[in-house]
Amino acid sequence: MSVKPRAMRDALLDQIHRAMAHDPKIFFVSADFGSPVLDRIRADHPARFVNVGVAEQNLINVSAGLALEGYKVFAYAIAPFITMRCFEQIRVSLALLSEVRPMNVNLIGVGAGYSYVVSGPTHQCYEDITLMRGLPNFQVLSPSDHITTENLFGICAGTIGPKYLRLDAQVLPVLYADGPPDVTKGFHSHRRGRKICLVATGYMVHTAFIVADRLREAGIDVGLVDLFDLARFSAKALHDELSPYQTIVSMEEGFAGRGGLDALLYNFLGHSALDAKLINVGVEGGYRFELGSRAELHEQVGIGPDVVTKRLLQISASSSKTLPPLNGGRPQ
Amino acid sequence: MISNSVNLPDKAKWVWRETLSVHRRAPETRIASSLSSIEIFVALYYGGVLNIHPTDPRWDGRDRCVISKGHGSICMYPILADLGFFPAAELDRVCKAGGILGGIPDPIIPGYETVNGSLGHGLGVGAGMALGLKRGGSKQRVFVVCGDGELHEGANWEAIMFASQHELDNLHLIVDNNSIAMLGFTDDIVSHAGLVKRLEAFGWQCLEVDGHDVLAVQEQLLSLKAISNGRPKALVARTLKGRGVPGLENEALSHIMAPKAELLEELLKASDER
Repeated sequence: MSVKPRAMRDALLDQIHRAMAHDPKIFFVSADFGSPVLDRIRADHPARFVNVGVAEQNLINVSAGLALEGYKVFAYAIAPFITMRCFEQIRVSLALLSEVRPMNVNLIGVGAGYSYVVSGPTHQCYEDITLMRGLPNFQVLSPSDHITTENLFGICAGTIGPKYLRLDAQVLPVLYADGPPDVTKGFHSHRRGRKICLVATGYMVHTAFIVADRLREAGIDVGLVDLFDLARFSAKALHDELSPYQTIVSMEEGFAGRGGLDALLYNFLGHSALDAKLINVGVEGGYRFELGSRAELHEQVGIGPDVVTKRLLQISASSSKTLPPLNGGRPQ
Repeated sequence: MISNSVNLPDKAKWVWRETLSVHRRAPETRIASSLSSIEIFVALYYGGVLNIHPTDPRWDGRDRCVISKGHGSICMYPILADLGFFPAAELDRVCKAGGILGGIPDPIIPGYETVNGSLGHGLGVGAGMALGLKRGGSKQRVFVVCGDGELHEGANWEAIMFASQHELDNLHLIVDNNSIAMLGFTDDIVSHAGLVKRLEAFGWQCLEVDGHDVLAVQEQLLSLKAISNGRPKALVARTLKGRGVPGLENEALSHIMAPKAELLEELLKASDER
């Protein structure tokens, strides 16, 4: 089945726009960030839309106040700004406060990883998974295509609690043309393999497909899991999914060894008594200012298909049981 | 609505005394910044300003009172207990295991709306509440009490601009302007001189009052509450940090000073005799 790819944000905003027509408790707050679909929300529901301006701290606090008055709030801004500019507002007014007073606030951050390619490190975002999963009551959602994104709307509107959606700013190919993943499970197994399983999130699921195809050409069948809920995935289902493998490869468009997906999986393997080894694929070398395409930048920082395939082939060929350590910081 | 028949100056004296008593039992509490705001809270809670139901703290029809200067609201503990928000026995276990009244108040305390004490959040959250109430056609008002040192946090000014843009005349800010932050006078750190004019320039309806004249505070709050002119309202209350405690009152470092136990005993005894 052919499905035309869409921007994740437009797929989600369409769902919100539709729901606002019959749910008077949905409120949309933007920090001067738009989209063509958002124009329809502004036009059709002006009483439940507000643009706070370039003011992310106020975006969060106003959203908290609206949620305390019973609104289901969607707050919308560029990913690094909605997470890092206002992190203490998120911690105090959303994470802490929602422990006492039930609130439904959904932070929509657009621009995961390198998706704002030419804007450089201010607009790129390699720390958000680490920061947001560091808040123990936050649900962190990291979809890989627009089908998954629009199907996460039900969780956003229907679940009390603070949530963060990290959306890609680019239009990504469709991965779920045959039907959406089970969003309550939190992950989807695209392929089963032997020995090695790639567990990727967001844009890196697409990279994982390329890597898996290349490894298959080299005679290595690897599993491929799209982990799109980085907080509330079904631990039992993920345990069952990963238990046949000897090596798990985490793949994220965020810093390696800094508490992101790699840390999540490292802890998960330990807690679920799986004795698989973990290889972490993530951004290495710290902050950089090089220009280039997203593909070129990914190869430079260790997360492009070429460099990842090469690394996994080396590991696979090695008879040594000693795997490279978790990466972090600058390469030696 | 709490009865207007309460003698507000007497109540303020009682709250001052009870606040010292709480501090005597729990010296970890910040006393100086809790003594500057007593008349503000007495006017709000006993002066017929806030529409509240102590036995139903989250009653939907209540006026919302966001106490942004959380650490400096220990005086609210005896007030809330007195009004029946929680049993007075809680006052004997402030900062103790099993209690609900900590060194910095949390919303687990009946009567507190939000997480406070980390400064500069209350006004933005209050603005969101006010926007939600206004857009939903509700008549309840939002009151936010903050300190002047707290106004150094830039998020306040984001909220101040936002509130006038959206004509939130259901939002009331009360600044406990004791003119001292933690390490000294705000005039020597980052001055708020001309605060009334500054707030007016941002589109707010603003009044100034002697923050220890509880009847004047009450009158100003009631008059501001009665105005619906599309402008958010602010009352700048000139106050003294550590008021009534020798060595503490208006001292640059009073925020981090604690009066000696003997002095507290002496002050409490003297107030008993009065």
